[in-house]
Amino acid sequence: MTAPDSRPPALLTVRDLRTYFRTDAGVARAVDGVSFDVMPRETIGIVGESGCGKSVTSLSIMRLIRPPGTIEAGSRVEFEGRDLLALPEPEMRKIRGNRIAMIFQEPMTSLNPVFTVGEQIAEVARVHANASRKDAWDRAVEMLQLTGIPAPAQRATEYPHQLSGGMRQRVMIAMALVMDPALLIADEPTTALDVTIQAQILELLQQLQERFAMSIILITHDLGVIAEMAQRVLVMYAGEIVEQASVGELFARPHHPYTEGLLAAMPTLGEARSRLAVIPGTVPPPTRWPAGCRFHDRCRYAWERPERDHPPLFEVGPAHWSRCFLAEEPQRRTQAKDASAIAGGSA
Amino acid sequence: MRALVARRLLQAVVIVAIAATATFLLVQLAPGDPLGDLVTNPRVPAEVRERLRERWGLDRPVHEQYALYVRNLARGDLGWSFSQSRPVAHALVDALPNTMLLMGVALIGAFVLGVATGVVRAARRGSVADRALGAGTLFFYSMPDFWLAIMAMLVFAYWVPIFPTSGMTTAVIYDYLSPAGKLLDRLRHLVLPATTLVLLLAAIIARYQRAAFLDVATQDFVRTARAKGLTERAVLWRHVLRNALLPVITLLGLALPMLVGGAVFIEHVFAWPGMGRLVVVAIAARDHSLVMAIVILGSVLVTLGSLLADVLYAVADPRLRLHAR
Repeated sequence: MTAPDSRPPALLTVRDLRTYFRTDAGVARAVDGVSFDVMPRETIGIVGESGCGKSVTSLSIMRLIRPPGTIEAGSRVEFEGRDLLALPEPEMRKIRGNRIAMIFQEPMTSLNPVFTVGEQIAEVARVHANASRKDAWDRAVEMLQLTGIPAPAQRATEYPHQLSGGMRQRVMIAMALVMDPALLIADEPTTALDVTIQAQILELLQQLQERFAMSIILITHDLGVIAEMAQRVLVMYAGEIVEQASVGELFARPHHPYTEGLLAAMPTLGEARSRLAVIPGTVPPPTRWPAGCRFHDRCRYAWERPERDHPPLFEVGPAHWSRCFLAEEPQRRTQAKDASAIAGGSA
Repeated sequence: MRALVARRLLQAVVIVAIAATATFLLVQLAPGDPLGDLVTNPRVPAEVRERLRERWGLDRPVHEQYALYVRNLARGDLGWSFSQSRPVAHALVDALPNTMLLMGVALIGAFVLGVATGVVRAARRGSVADRALGAGTLFFYSMPDFWLAIMAMLVFAYWVPIFPTSGMTTAVIYDYLSPAGKLLDRLRHLVLPATTLVLLLAAIIARYQRAAFLDVATQDFVRTARAKGLTERAVLWRHVLRNALLPVITLLGLALPMLVGGAVFIEHVFAWPGMGRLVVVAIAARDHSLVMAIVILGSVLVTLGSLLADVLYAVADPRLRLHAR
């Protein structure tokens, strides 16, 4: 899908991104033809279950895919007008941690246990800004202060194991923002944290986004986090984007059955439900995506057509796309609902 | 940290005492007589033999002999070596520097070569270099030390006679050499035994280092380091190696006793006058006092080696520093 001409140029443009892993078990098509844009100062959410390609998408943008993974020819990633996939490695290094920064799920294992957190933050300034040891250290302390860590000068001299999980994630954020990046990729930044800490970290990210005027790609499986943080959402399933819309649109009018399932599986406060809805089955292994629609064997509406044909993205509303044939045969949704209502009523 | 060292030193004393006692008993149980030739030689009169037994306390019950030994040991007296016909301490003082020279050179060489080989293999995993070095490592890892020593001698001292076969110095002419000539002569004698040891030890270290490096290289913080925009070299040599050296510190602790204990077979094959050779001589001659002294020295170093490893661990890994406090 292409951005309308009236919009400002995108900060990041991803087109037909394919990242495959050639393993002994076959070719794992972890990311299989993903396209999207990220606008300046925008927060875009990527949701989906584990194993659907969210993290591989973000690592591909950073070109941090390790063998046996490769980004296939024909994929395009443009950032600030440059084709990242064509850059020589030394040029790409100047972008990593500088123009595009990344934070990860596990703040414990993502920090090096044998260096102080100050050293690890300062390292970014030393690499990208050629800062002196002293200046880099001062910058590290300043960044820690910015992320709301009390006694930052003291904390900078401590090792990761001396900090709590929430503080470690603040350290990761401080490290990511040293060079004032245009894009922050946050891969499940709050998943490993306590609920109260989660809220603090999300709020901090919002504050810092404002201050640094950056875009955020927020990867999560938690639609609640998306609702709070993002303006637009990409729903990924089996290496593909299956639905894309603004947050308001997606929550109000989910189109793809997978998105419906994700929303139904979300516990809602104040609503007593005997049990949570679940999507039956699991994400298939990436070496064996089903033919036709990759979701058909878990889909409550499935009929012959999605078993046979692979659906393209259909425009189902303003700036709202869905990879489902229900776009062309909407009556099947109501029929299936009536059928299940009858079945439910007679049971 | 100080409490840790104190606790471990106390443990060391206990371990050394147990090792010494056990060895004392084992030596008593072993066949043969410390007086050796004096017992079997029919021309030695019976009363002379008795007088000797009395003189050295060998006629007393075992527990008295043990008490006597401990008392002497506490005074720093290691006893008399019958096979060497001189105090045990003198024999040790002669052999110890030779072994420390050989083993010091060998251990430094082995750790440098072993760590470098392991890192190169891990960093280029699956490459031709990795596989070639892997084959070489496996070869030296599986070689018996005495056989490798004999082969080294055959090739570099017999077929291509560029190095001497045995000893620390060239007999006779050594005394007439200039100081520089003396040094060169010693170095030439050092090459074959030291190289043999380096290859054998480096093979072990390289395998550990490679495994440790690969283990660390898959951890999350390595991905973080790459995401910061560091060069691959900085990622590997700074972030990975610092963590991958931790398991190798254990090997360093285990290797320390070798610094003094020597390498029995290598020293024997190359006739290197060190501790390894001394222990063979002592056991063959049933030289109780000498065997005991060497065993005690060995157990002291084993415990000191593991203490050193623990201290180094705490220095290298901040996570252990807090617990050790």
